[in-house]
Amino acid sequence: MANEKITSRRKFLKTATVLAGATIGYTWLKSSRMLLYAAEPKDETLPWYGIVIDIQKCIGCGSCAKACKNENDVPKEPFFFRTWVEQYTIKNDGSVNIVSPNGGIDGFEQIIANEEIFKSFFVPKMCNHCYKSPCTQVCPVGATYESPEGVVLIDEKYCIGCRYCVQACPYGCRFIHPVKKVANKCTLCYHRLKKGLAPACMEVCPTGARMYGNLRDKNSDIVKYLKEHTTQVLRPHLNTGSKLYYNGLSSEVR
Amino acid sequence: MFLISIYVIFIHILMKFYIPPQIPRLAFAFGIFITLFLVLRHFLIPDTFGKYGHYRAASLIDNAKPELHYAGQLACFTCHQDIEEKKSQDVHSEIHCETCHGPGLKHVVSGKKEDIFKPSGREFCGKCHSFNAAKMKSAVFQIDLAKHNIGKNCIECHNPHQPWQMKK
Amino acid sequence: MEPHYQHLYDILAHSQGYIFPNEIDLQWGILIVVYPFITGLVAGAFILASLERVFKVKILKPTYQIALLTALSFLLVATMPLISHLSQPQRAYEIMITPHSSSAMAIFGFVYLWYLMVVLLLEIWFDYRHSMVVWSNERTGIMKWVYKILTLGVSDISPRTLAWDRKLGYIITVVGIPSAFILHGYVGFIFGSIKANPWWSTPLMPIIFLFSAMVSGIALVLLVYMIISFFRKKSIELPVLDSIGKYLFFVLILDFTLEGLDQIQRIYEAEESFEIIKLLVSSKLYLTLFVSQGLIGTIIPLITLAFLQFYKHQIRLKKTMYFIIGIMVLIGVYSMRWNVVIGGQLFSKSFSGFTSFKVGLIGLDGTLMAAFWLILPIGILTFFLWLLPPWKMVKEEED
Repeated sequence: MANEKITSRRKFLKTATVLAGATIGYTWLKSSRMLLYAAEPKDETLPWYGIVIDIQKCIGCGSCAKACKNENDVPKEPFFFRTWVEQYTIKNDGSVNIVSPNGGIDGFEQIIANEEIFKSFFVPKMCNHCYKSPCTQVCPVGATYESPEGVVLIDEKYCIGCRYCVQACPYGCRFIHPVKKVANKCTLCYHRLKKGLAPACMEVCPTGARMYGNLRDKNSDIVKYLKEHTTQVLRPHLNTGSKLYYNGLSSEVR
Repeated sequence: MFLISIYVIFIHILMKFYIPPQIPRLAFAFGIFITLFLVLRHFLIPDTFGKYGHYRAASLIDNAKPELHYAGQLACFTCHQDIEEKKSQDVHSEIHCETCHGPGLKHVVSGKKEDIFKPSGREFCGKCHSFNAAKMKSAVFQIDLAKHNIGKNCIECHNPHQPWQMKK
Repeated sequence: MEPHYQHLYDILAHSQGYIFPNEIDLQWGILIVVYPFITGLVAGAFILASLERVFKVKILKPTYQIALLTALSFLLVATMPLISHLSQPQRAYEIMITPHSSSAMAIFGFVYLWYLMVVLLLEIWFDYRHSMVVWSNERTGIMKWVYKILTLGVSDISPRTLAWDRKLGYIITVVGIPSAFILHGYVGFIFGSIKANPWWSTPLMPIIFLFSAMVSGIALVLLVYMIISFFRKKSIELPVLDSIGKYLFFVLILDFTLEGLDQIQRIYEAEESFEIIKLLVSSKLYLTLFVSQGLIGTIIPLITLAFLQFYKHQIRLKKTMYFIIGIMVLIGVYSMRWNVVIGGQLFSKSFSGFTSFKVGLIGLDGTLMAAFWLILPIGILTFFLWLLPPWKMVKEEED
């Protein structure tokens, strides 16, 4: 009689421990998904911002890069850019020439003669506001994050300046502000978005090559555009969850 | 309460065994250190940290604070309706005012001429309109600035808001 | 113009090809080369000490305490290059209070604390406690109290308690080996997990870092043992050197094999970054990779060590050779850190260009600061050897 009691008690303890362990293990595993994904859009009422850049419309005027520096108090020296424009020239011999003089702010002069050019185009670059952002993943203190609207932002009061995020961004979007001495990058003009205004670069683009919008809204211009055009992101093999979609992206672009 | 009773039982079981004198002393020293750390952490951690994720939620407000410099062209149109009308009838209709005139919020607020940029010169128009193999002809009308009316300012003939309405 | 910008204009003038505009300045400089070098020395020295304790390699006994104290001296300085490199060092505490669990760098604070307090300090404490109790009884004045405090008041030196010292010390050493792996392995992971940088991104990175760390730690203990014996005017025991040399030889072969495998695979797969990396290695890193790391740091020591293991003549020259090998190996491992950290930032993520790197002399990020952090541990070690001299310890009976 006593032995049965002990065995059944042992059995109960065993099952209880297994169940408890499994529950703890499951909750731990669920939270460790954090390792892979930086954020999931939780608040359905907020917009989930995406960006489209149409390469065929970009004329390399540099208005976007200039406006960004004006709007966001970025030093005018040619070493810090929240957004910039590159010019790719593929010559007839197959070589690829890339330039970005002062980020394209002063425009581009054609240096290579027409006869040598196979094709040439401009590629505006900016923060891709990734939703599996590697820069957010590596920040050791939580000074960079994805806002509930899907905009990757920096907490300038918390950043310790370790520069890990700058190393982790595959697109070269981040830099250390020379005066503030913390990380800095394109914020999609979050301070303008919150007031219902367009980001500065999109406001001034003369050809409408830059677009932004709410990816959740099926009727928004951006979603319609994505439906009607074939778009690509940069470095898709790195699985960054980039929300910057390029139309007309040529295979030479990195 | 539950945790404390578990702890007490644990100590009672331990008391049955011989514990070398190093262990309680070390446990005490580490206990003090960990407690100090946890107390410090409680006071140092920012208030809004962790609300939406692993970041200081108040930073969202910080990021919404910076001053605006660009007003958006609707702000321009509140005063300059005549230009709005002219522009809408010609090829520069899709171009926003501040693309050429630079950040305009200061001017919207003060109304003064000095607070906004008035572009001039061939190089300025040339940023968009000069020939470049990378510009698609469908995206922008291009002209050879080395040949077309050298020495003259573009806006001497072209009204920048209505470029095809030539000035006499 | 601010001097900072002048420096950047200079770099811009020297850049080649196309680099992303923000990539002009290297983010991680010489201090980030020094940091993995220091933690590598710590991990390596500790592993060598553990060999004696856990695997009972009796011949290494004279080096046991020296290895531990060396590891401690370097570990105490290890955080400093990191903190002096931050552009907001006064916020460094944030890494301890809100560590981001998905960031390899965030575990630094806790791994460091764990290793310092639970592994190194405890192991040294268990080993020295008996001697510290005896010294606190023998000395007078302030030193009496210093030793008394260090014993944490546990003055029981009965055989039973001493046996527990040894038992607990053994447990700590066993725990310490994986802890040392993590302490330095995570540094390798910091680089190896950056998918954006193809020079860094490889699963082998933590292992390569670890093995080169063991190489550097062993070489350091070899040098420290020889230098201490020289200053104490004691003879350097050749069997000890031969034993250390044997471990150095085998770990160096393993390290060379692993690094070679990484490169061979990279060359074979030749994925999209290969062209720029080929240029990087053949032009920018030629001296530091082939000459400094390869020839001086690996090939020549390997051949010499092999020779010393098998050739049993000429004692005096042997000791000199070991000394030179020790220094060469340290140079090689330092170059390896340089090649990884600096090399990974010299080429652009556009894979189309290079920037350039000029180390400043002064400033928080300069050569003098780096040199200071490397020399300071030697001062600390001297202090420890005075405070806790291994040769004055109470001799215990062997079990």
